[in-house]
Amino acid sequence: MALGKIEATAKGIVLTVQDYSLFAYRGAVNLFRPPIYWTDFLVQADIIGVGSTSIVLLAGFFTGCVLALQSAATLAQFGATAVTGRFVSASMIRELGPVLTGIMVSGRNASSMASELGSMVVTEQIDAMRALGVDPMRKLVTPRIYSCVTMLFFLTIVANFFGILGGGAVTVFMNHQNGTQYFHMAYQYIRFPDIMQGLVKPLFSGFIIASIGCFYGLRTTGGTQGVGRSTIQAVVVSSVLIIFVDFLLTQVMLTIFGS
Amino acid sequence: MTDSVTSFPVEQGGQGSPASQEPVLRFQNVSIAFDGPPVLEDVSFSVAPDETRILLGPAGVGKSVLLKLANGLLRPDAGSIHLFGEEISRVRERDLFNLRTRTGFVFQEGALFDSLTVRDNVAYQLIQERVLDDEIDTRVREALRFVGLEETFRFFPSALSGGMRRRVAIARALIHNPDLLLYDSPTGGLDPITSTTIIELIVKQRDVYRTPSMLVTHRLQDAFTMCTHHFDSNEGRMVPLPDNQIDQKTTFLMLDEGHLIFDGSLHDLVNSENNFVREFLE
Repeated sequence: MALGKIEATAKGIVLTVQDYSLFAYRGAVNLFRPPIYWTDFLVQADIIGVGSTSIVLLAGFFTGCVLALQSAATLAQFGATAVTGRFVSASMIRELGPVLTGIMVSGRNASSMASELGSMVVTEQIDAMRALGVDPMRKLVTPRIYSCVTMLFFLTIVANFFGILGGGAVTVFMNHQNGTQYFHMAYQYIRFPDIMQGLVKPLFSGFIIASIGCFYGLRTTGGTQGVGRSTIQAVVVSSVLIIFVDFLLTQVMLTIFGS
Repeated sequence: MTDSVTSFPVEQGGQGSPASQEPVLRFQNVSIAFDGPPVLEDVSFSVAPDETRILLGPAGVGKSVLLKLANGLLRPDAGSIHLFGEEISRVRERDLFNLRTRTGFVFQEGALFDSLTVRDNVAYQLIQERVLDDEIDTRVREALRFVGLEETFRFFPSALSGGMRRRVAIARALIHNPDLLLYDSPTGGLDPITSTTIIELIVKQRDVYRTPSMLVTHRLQDAFTMCTHHFDSNEGRMVPLPDNQIDQKTTFLMLDEGHLIFDGSLHDLVNSENNFVREFLE
């Protein structure tokens, strides 16, 4: 009995991974075959990008603040408070900016995609769209994927910028250190591999957020309760995947560029 | 009326599709199951041009599934489905979209896009085809006038009653001048007056445009009204056919536990010896 359950669960997981892989592939390659719904790309870019700016900006700013506070206290023990700027900028650009932005956008947009598409499924709007001769993959999924990838890239830059700014604010106004020194250190020690790491990660996170959000949304069954379930699954799976892929990418990047 | 022999005994009525006319829709030994026993088993029938087929049966018997199979929204496990002469049961999804634009589907609850206005809902197909805005407005107003809802042009679906949503859904299905109309319980859950309004629209569509259609319902009164009435263009309303006549192009199918148990005219239906049919009629 127990073995049977394990087997069924394992098969279910494999089947889900297979379905997701096909779904993500179709969502991605649709960009290269007409019809392409450009208006929907812009609408989604507005919802995902412009709509998430404020939370990403605030999250980035306060993360920078916390980093400066924590690092200054530790660095002070070694008489190295001067490198706070370097510490904050490197942490934000390489790791915290991309991951935090991914998690924030996942909470906001993977959930909204899953619930929106899930509601459309249970009210037969997806079937209606298909019956009207429109492919929901092309109309709903592909624009969300590419808009999310594009906008997450820029949102990460915003988060990095405001994170470094937040760190500077704490350094100057709370730790009473030299602001010029902070920003000089923050800028001086940033290298090309750091930038690469920070800007490649959001491309993957954006893809994960949109594809997972749409995947669980379009798989919704079981009415409004099912919509809630899909939303939770989308946020949980996309958040975990973002961190897991971040780990993999960090390892790959470190192997390629060195630390 | 069915084109092939089925293993399940189907009571055949006297009415038949003219042999010379290729059916717009043909099911041959179609079966489908989800996680459990078959929902439909060995179902065969056809819809001829000009014909209106009313699919009767109790709730949960597979009527909506059958309708979704008809334009490829679902795929059968066995059997074949020909839509406008093309076999659709094994066709790739992306190859079905063009074929589906030739059908109009009215969903059970309307299935209007709730984030779009009535205008954009009705014009959905035209917008995707990048038809000019002025032409869209003209055609949408024409379609809304047909269903008597021109004033709702700029409304959102949330501002409409259940009956109005069904009428907008009918307008959306009609705007592309489809070659086949599929109505999924268009009067389900509506009050008798609104139901009659919807049936009047369907009869109007049938008699004015002569579009072949398939209507799913479990309401006998709607089915009988469609058979015994026609749309009088002079009076602009649905009136009973004279001398107790019945519309010869409106015929019936009945499902019971996934099997097609009846296929024939109103006359055959009311005189059926089948116990389930008799019980259903009573």
